[in-house]
Amino acid sequence: MKEQIEKVKQQFQSEIAQVSSMDALEAMRVAYLGKKGSVTELLKGLKSLSVDEKKEMGRYINELKAHVSEHIAERGAQLKTELEEARLKADKRYDISLPCQETMGTLHPITIVQRELEAIFSSMGFAVEDFSEVVTEYNNFEAVNIPKHHPARDMQDTYYLDNGQVLKTHTSAAQNAILRKYGAPCRAIFPGRCFRNEALDASHETTFFQMEGMMVDENISISNLIYFMETMLSEVFKKEITVRLRPGFFPFVEPGFELDIQCPFCGGKGCATCKHGGWIELCPCGMIHPRVLEMGGVDPERYTGFAFGLGLTRLAMMQFGIHDIRMLNSGNLKALDQFVMM
Amino acid sequence: MFLSMNWIRDFVNLDGVDLEDLIHKFTLGTAEVEGFEYVGHQVQHVVVGQILSVQEHPNSKKLHVLSVDGGDRTYQVVCGAPNVAEGLKVPFAKPGGMAGGMSIEARTLAGVLSEGMCCSEKELGISDHHEGLMELPQETPVGTDMKELYEIDDLIFEVDNKSLTNRPDLWGHYGIAREIAALAHRPLKPYPQVDLSVYDALPEVPITVQDTQLVYRYSAMAVENINVTQSPKNMQIRLYRCGMRGINLLADLTNYLMLELGQPMHAFDYQRVSQIEVGHYEQPFTFETLDGKERTIQPETLMIKSKDKPVAVAGIMGGLESEITDDTHSFLLESANFDAVSVRKSSAALGLRTDASMRYEKTLDPEMTVPAIARYLQLLQEIDPGVTVISRLSDCYVKQYPVRSITFDKAYVDRITGIDISEQRIERTLLDLGFTVSHEGKDFVVTVPSWRATKDVSMKADLIEEITRIYGYDNFELKTANLAVRPQAYSPEHQLQSQIKTLLAYRFGAHEVHTYIWNDGKKLAELGLKNEGCLHLVNSVSPDIETIRMEMMPSLLCTAAKNKGYAAQYTIFEIGSVVPGLKEDGLADEQRHLGVLLWGPRQEEEQLLMKAKSMAEALGVLLRGSHFTYQNAAKAQPWQHPYNAFEISAEGRKLGSLAVVHPSVCAKVDKKATAIALELNLEAMCALQRKLPNFEEPSRFPSVVNDVSFMVDEATSYALFERVIQAHPCDVLASYELVSVYRDPQWQGKKSVTIRFVFCSAERTLESEEVAAAVNLYMDAMKEIGAEVTGA
Repeated sequence: MKEQIEKVKQQFQSEIAQVSSMDALEAMRVAYLGKKGSVTELLKGLKSLSVDEKKEMGRYINELKAHVSEHIAERGAQLKTELEEARLKADKRYDISLPCQETMGTLHPITIVQRELEAIFSSMGFAVEDFSEVVTEYNNFEAVNIPKHHPARDMQDTYYLDNGQVLKTHTSAAQNAILRKYGAPCRAIFPGRCFRNEALDASHETTFFQMEGMMVDENISISNLIYFMETMLSEVFKKEITVRLRPGFFPFVEPGFELDIQCPFCGGKGCATCKHGGWIELCPCGMIHPRVLEMGGVDPERYTGFAFGLGLTRLAMMQFGIHDIRMLNSGNLKALDQFVMM
Repeated sequence: MFLSMNWIRDFVNLDGVDLEDLIHKFTLGTAEVEGFEYVGHQVQHVVVGQILSVQEHPNSKKLHVLSVDGGDRTYQVVCGAPNVAEGLKVPFAKPGGMAGGMSIEARTLAGVLSEGMCCSEKELGISDHHEGLMELPQETPVGTDMKELYEIDDLIFEVDNKSLTNRPDLWGHYGIAREIAALAHRPLKPYPQVDLSVYDALPEVPITVQDTQLVYRYSAMAVENINVTQSPKNMQIRLYRCGMRGINLLADLTNYLMLELGQPMHAFDYQRVSQIEVGHYEQPFTFETLDGKERTIQPETLMIKSKDKPVAVAGIMGGLESEITDDTHSFLLESANFDAVSVRKSSAALGLRTDASMRYEKTLDPEMTVPAIARYLQLLQEIDPGVTVISRLSDCYVKQYPVRSITFDKAYVDRITGIDISEQRIERTLLDLGFTVSHEGKDFVVTVPSWRATKDVSMKADLIEEITRIYGYDNFELKTANLAVRPQAYSPEHQLQSQIKTLLAYRFGAHEVHTYIWNDGKKLAELGLKNEGCLHLVNSVSPDIETIRMEMMPSLLCTAAKNKGYAAQYTIFEIGSVVPGLKEDGLADEQRHLGVLLWGPRQEEEQLLMKAKSMAEALGVLLRGSHFTYQNAAKAQPWQHPYNAFEISAEGRKLGSLAVVHPSVCAKVDKKATAIALELNLEAMCALQRKLPNFEEPSRFPSVVNDVSFMVDEATSYALFERVIQAHPCDVLASYELVSVYRDPQWQGKKSVTIRFVFCSAERTLESEEVAAAVNLYMDAMKEIGAEVTGA
């Protein structure tokens, strides 16, 4: 009996080393430990032995059984790892350098710059408003203190429509409506499309974007105006900006200013962008004219405010290095599809 | 406008002042200086020389060899000027000096030594005259530096005209001098002039103002015995440096006054013009102006007449016939003030903008007309002492501006400026600028000087500008505003637009474009489409652009046409204004629309249409929580496919349209292409109430899925299936969806529609019998629309 046990053990040990698949391993388990397996058969053979022998042989056989189970389990775990590794090795290797087919949509460069500005002003508590493009002469002119016969009303500048309205020539045309909508106090910006009746060339468009802003409250001062302009423009250009104010005449503000910034591209030394002057005329602004407040239903004795206008189209051209303004309204996708950014 | 610092120094003493700093202050405090130049720097060691002898040059026919007395010694000079002559006194640039932009050294010219250069006026930078040497008066002492004799050195600066549009007082040197004096804190000298009252006994020049609306003032005087025809050299130099040309003394003096005081003047030959009428002619006629051009004068244009003959276009230009010539011995001097708008309109109608009309357009001070005459006479009498005044001052002052006084206090200045400017500083600034200031309690009472009162300064806000610009904006302390914390207001329309752009670009890969608000008539014609609209530009420069668009799609179709060959498939979109009609009050019914155009291959039309629908759905569900409904459009637009055009609505409100573009339109661009158009009215969409997702606690029990296939007629729309399902509510039906639509050519007019029914209960696991009953319910119900179950 002892030899038989030893023989089975020898055989198991030689076979287990050869097993290379889970199925073969399972077959081995059945061949040794199954109902008719060789270890089970050995146990059955105990019946014919004496009590002492039974005891001794039984111990040997159980040791063998434990040995077989252990090794099958161990080999099983080993095989599983081997197979997994083999599968991974056989898996397809990908070429990550292949281009992906996803087409990126794009926003118009004006929209991109407009959003940046809107985010800056929103963070400072300004509402973002929208205004129509076809406006009344009243809103475009009278309500912002541009009287009849003012040169700005000339036909060569303004597109007149056959129903007596005009295409808005500046975002200031929205001032009256915004003042009426919010009353005082009020903080709002209103980007919008403007129209001028002029010949197209690389730097002149009939259709362009401006962004106007207003802040009205008790005691808004020139000092506040300069502070806000400097803060806002530093955010726009993402660096500390030095501004300077010069007197400027715009009928809807008094006093009115031309705001220059020290050229952010050359630091004021002089470059192509600032036409070698070191300063860039950027933003007309001023204290809202008392008559404009009054026409907007705001008491000019109690409230004061400032207003400013930014050339959105010009900023976008500066930011992206666009040299020909006509590209913006061309609808040319070869140009526009390059503005891939959020 | 060019300005001469020498001229300004006639009126304000600037000794010891840093002029470049002053110019910088002027830019920041008054108006933008575009540039400045020190003229005369290129002229050095040029003295009065006398030509002692003229000899032929041995090697040249054009050149001469001169011997020139330079005061210190005699120089041998080779010279090519034609007017060389013995005894002539000329400017002579010595070796080591500069002239004509060159350094002068002794050198050999065509083999002969030349020790210096005799100069023309151009070489001295004092005129464009270069035909010969400048000839100096015989009494001029030899050896005198030319700069002692003439204003060769000057600082010329240019002010941006645009920044002066609202300052009628700054269109002459005296007004600029007033600003400079205030900025430099130096006193301004009174304006020099003669006393005209000494001529009061003389007869009047008859003046009749026929149009008392457009004429503010007409002043005139007559003078005879003119002997001098040429203006003095220094006056010519100043005119030249300010961009004008010397003509003759009387005309030069009018220009000089215009540049000095800003008052345009005109001198008529008294033989032709001895009385004045100002008015209109009833009929258009032709008139020859000073520049020798024949111009058509319209009845609206204000004219100066004499005995009913036209002699000048008021405020713009005189007539050729009455012009001053060298033979003129007597003249009538006009100094007038006309309505600014009238001058501007006439100038535009004539296409003739002159230095005079440019100034009148700014609304000049009518108080200037008489001082201008008094100063003119002073200068004339200095230059030509023999003249005789033959009329008294004749002055027709029709319209006078009221004297304006403005009251304010320091608290007001503090509030608007946000800083503390002292009372003394406020008062001094206003006095320096010519305002008068008095006090009533704590108030300042300020009178506006006439030259600021025509339109520029009328209220206390205007005075803030005067005070602060001279104070200097650079000197302001900056402060944030003290504002109450409150929620930021926002515009739902604007927010919706922004969200739509983000979704279309970043979720659907669409490109945003900008197109014009008007139709591109030419391009539309190329696409076979009409240029329709209900609103038109009345003054467009091109007939192709005059119709305001009624919808977005024509613009986007034109854009697609321009992008022919860009890519096989792409999507563009724009949010823009359209005017589909007029409102009852005649105003434009402007709407903000979203237009999306999907361009692609014809064989993928259905997928493209579904992609466009999924865009619409995404906008509806994500932004408003609403599913849109789609119906065949009652009438397709000309650019739409007649059968595949659909109307989009929600909550019973029409929102827009989804359509296949008419194949004939696409074919104009590319025969193999198709396009899908989606257009939404954003105001209507914004009006939809934003609904939150209808949240339900998910069931803890398993759901049972059943796919059922139905065979139906091709024409049966999926909407009918949905209608049947909705008409048969069932507690355990959790959801349903379309799995597929399958067509087989053999089925002939039929299609197979597979719908997935999902059953589930919130309370229990469903029994199979329950599910079977529910499935049967729907299988039966579909018979209502003629659907036959082919698989379950």
